[in-house]
Amino acid sequence: MHGRPRKPLKPVDEAAVAAKAEKLRALQSEFLSNHQNKIYSKEAVELSAKLLEINPELYTAWNYRKLAVQQNLAQCESDPESVNSILNEELKVVENALRQNFKSYGAWHHRKWVLEKGHSSMDKELGLLDKFQAMDARNFHAWNYRRFVAALMKRSDEDELEHTQNMIDKNLSNYSAWHNRSVLLSNLMKKAAPGFTNKDEVLTREYELVREALFTDEDDQSGWFYHLWLLDQTVRSEFPLLVSSWPVEGSDISLPAADYLDGCASMNVFHYSSRNFPLVLYFNQYVRGVNSSTVSVSCGFNLNADLIWRPLSSNDSQSAKVWATHLAIPDAELHSSEAYQVEVKVGFSLGIVSTTGVAYSHPSQISFQLHLQKAPLESGQDSRFGRIQWKDDCFAVYEPGSVEPDLVNLLDNLTIKNEVESTASTWQARIIDDETNIFRDLLDCKIGKLTVARLLTSYNSLRPLDKPVHCKEVLELYSELMKLDPSHYRYYKDNHSLVLLQQVTSSKESLLSRCFHYRDSTLSTNGGPLCLRLNNLAISQLGSFEKLLWVQMLDLSNNELQSIEGLEALQLLSQLCLSNNKFRSFTALESLRCLKSLKVLDISQNEIGSHSIDTTRYLFHSPLSHSVGSCDWNINYLSSKTYWEAFFVLKDMGLTQLDVAGNAITSQSFNVFLEKLLPTLKWLDGVEVN
Amino acid sequence: MGELAADKHVKYILAVEKRKDNFESAVLEHLRMNGAYWGLTTLDLLGKLDAVDSNEIIEWILKCQHESGGFAGNVGHDPHILYTLSAIQVLALFDKLNVLDVDKVSTYIAGLQNEDGSFSGDIWGEVDTRFSYIAICGLSILKCLDKINVERAVNYIISCRNVDGGFGCTPGGESHAGQIFCCVAALAITGALHYVDKDLLGWWLCERQVKSGGLNGRPEKLPDVCYSWWVLSSLTMIDRVHWISKEKLIKFILNCQDTENGGISDRPDDAVDIFHTYFGVAGLSLLEYPGVKAVDPAYALPVDVVDRIFFSK
Repeated sequence: MHGRPRKPLKPVDEAAVAAKAEKLRALQSEFLSNHQNKIYSKEAVELSAKLLEINPELYTAWNYRKLAVQQNLAQCESDPESVNSILNEELKVVENALRQNFKSYGAWHHRKWVLEKGHSSMDKELGLLDKFQAMDARNFHAWNYRRFVAALMKRSDEDELEHTQNMIDKNLSNYSAWHNRSVLLSNLMKKAAPGFTNKDEVLTREYELVREALFTDEDDQSGWFYHLWLLDQTVRSEFPLLVSSWPVEGSDISLPAADYLDGCASMNVFHYSSRNFPLVLYFNQYVRGVNSSTVSVSCGFNLNADLIWRPLSSNDSQSAKVWATHLAIPDAELHSSEAYQVEVKVGFSLGIVSTTGVAYSHPSQISFQLHLQKAPLESGQDSRFGRIQWKDDCFAVYEPGSVEPDLVNLLDNLTIKNEVESTASTWQARIIDDETNIFRDLLDCKIGKLTVARLLTSYNSLRPLDKPVHCKEVLELYSELMKLDPSHYRYYKDNHSLVLLQQVTSSKESLLSRCFHYRDSTLSTNGGPLCLRLNNLAISQLGSFEKLLWVQMLDLSNNELQSIEGLEALQLLSQLCLSNNKFRSFTALESLRCLKSLKVLDISQNEIGSHSIDTTRYLFHSPLSHSVGSCDWNINYLSSKTYWEAFFVLKDMGLTQLDVAGNAITSQSFNVFLEKLLPTLKWLDGVEVN
Repeated sequence: MGELAADKHVKYILAVEKRKDNFESAVLEHLRMNGAYWGLTTLDLLGKLDAVDSNEIIEWILKCQHESGGFAGNVGHDPHILYTLSAIQVLALFDKLNVLDVDKVSTYIAGLQNEDGSFSGDIWGEVDTRFSYIAICGLSILKCLDKINVERAVNYIISCRNVDGGFGCTPGGESHAGQIFCCVAALAITGALHYVDKDLLGWWLCERQVKSGGLNGRPEKLPDVCYSWWVLSSLTMIDRVHWISKEKLIKFILNCQDTENGGISDRPDDAVDIFHTYFGVAGLSLLEYPGVKAVDPAYALPVDVVDRIFFSK
């Protein structure tokens, strides 16, 4: 039991304890009998009080007392003195019980039950609470009860906020006080109470208040989470905005006619079907209401009304940061070799709204050109690639000028300029700057390093159009934290990876240096698809997807990834390598289900099948989480449930090439299962499929 | 320290089941149904569920059922949602859910949902997100989740979400690992984990690991083996369990064993009990400790039991 030392009982003790137990059992038995027979005599009720003093957790006794009170209240016919006497007795019993165990849910609830009857004086309650909070300032029952009493007494949020200030002044190391402060302050700011409308002033005050908590004892966590919340309140963008898109504004895209596209064929930088041209919108927060009324797409030919915009997220809530649709250019239009000017107007009609209820009010327009190309490929050239091999010697460094200039232009325009951001108020930057300078004095400890790293990262998030600064310093801070606090190594590593990817995707030069032509030996000309290689970077978490919407071929091999959450935004992705990572289960690959263009997938050399615990089991659509419709889940298809995760991830994918070797799950029967599941498969683990 | 004394723990559990003459069992008589769940699930995780007489236990469980359909903590006590879930879970372990009048039990549970989507523990009206989890978990096992208003239940849970990413027992309640487990598991079962900020909550949870390697339940509190379950299962469900040191936690749990008499305690050298024995073993299961069956982090039952419920034809 909690806090009781382990010691063997001496024989003498054992006998005494047995006698005590028998006595208690007898009392409990008598009590239960009274309860069954609805006996509420004075003696019977006193017995229950005695029992509750010994064992406040005997919940049936609290129920019994409520029944007795109900009967007695009915009998005394609302005589105020009797009513008070009856209820005060209950309050006394609760106090006695709480003295035994002031964490007893039953005792606290009984007190609330009595008070809710409305006959008792509330003044005493605050005094009682002060007493309890003096004994244990972290007792959450007491804090909950305080909230209950404050509501009954109609105490103002401002007064309760002052109470948290008093508790904090007594002892900074009171997480419960900081928590309650966050609740009250959020409320006051939300209802725009006087004195709480100027965010700059409010936050500056709170930063000053919590600073001492972080500086006084560098290991005390009491203020850490409050400070992080203040930071979030400082930098969070009020408005839903469009961050990036595919296609990029001003781009020029060659679209091969449908007949000439299959498998991995490509003569151009960008390849996709004219029947299935994706449009992707990436917002800065979760939004709802993206549809053909709120987003208009105009082309030479009318197809807007038929467009269905889908939220790309792992849940069914109809909200997402990333929305996509597909243009299907009618065959009738494919004969001309014109260029089409396409205009995508986002949010010119009302309807897009963030999940926090803020309407999208900064409409944007994206224009790009589509060139239809129906020239067939040169004869003698196989229009399909052989098997993709993800080896270094298959990749040739990208030469600027060797491909259409569009790639360069595209990379220059990845981030959409939003007026409202460039004219953002400076109080946010000022606060971040001030806090950073202050916390530089704490750089010799964990919370100091972590806070400065977060502050510098926040500073960059306020200026999305500028190249991020301080990346090197932030990366160093996370590296130092990995050494300083090895228990949380992977927390710092994941954050390090996110910053690393921010750095890599922050400039055109950096991205171009990681672009390679894929060169198949069967092809003589420089026509292979363009691959972004982010392999061998020791990254453990992915990010910066808004900068990668243009990617069709992606090499993420030889990293430390166990999740690809967010990758669903890359709608153009047709070849993906995830080999030599730390993927543990097919449930971690659910994002792939959104990638309708994916043809080549390499998940070899991972840990699928090696783990008894699946950490993405509930982040995945399945009957366990009631997130599969009954028609989607046809267990009878499977001969056994052994490969249900793989079944659900891969079943509708038109893969032509799949590599799974080097995972514990692989076996002859698994390969048979895969070949049956994927009729379009041409190669499995490098071997041609019949 | 060093190894899991599985056999000793099995013996300890079987002994506790039989002992009725000590003070502890008298004081805990009212929650014997919970104790049955903790003890029997531990036995199953250690591969020794067959060491008990399932028929005897099932007979006793049914004696604890009230005419309202709910189950009490023991014979003669009042029904409560807490014990109703434990009863369902124990029957699931024995693959004997068919002894239940599913309609009766599910109606009892569903009847405890309030207008705002919250759940009361019993007719006396105490509201707590623990009860939201219990209702959702219990009804899901019985395949009757549609008997409640799931949307409102989820909305109530979200109303208990705090700025630190965690959850409390009622709106405005402080984040506590036990409540967090209940809310995260309830959201997991209802396919609503997207309402959890995984990175934010993940950091709060991983910072429960203190220097000794054990986990506490909220900031500036002492580590306790039971948090090896509440914190760990929450981290597992949101795929952030790699943010703590698994090795250090395993050492801490093993250190809390009474390797002589069996059982696990909250902290090294404290008195052992069934509650902490279960959470220690379940924690080791989540840490993939060899010789312990895999446990499902949301249903708190062995994975093979859960799979049997949801994937049988």
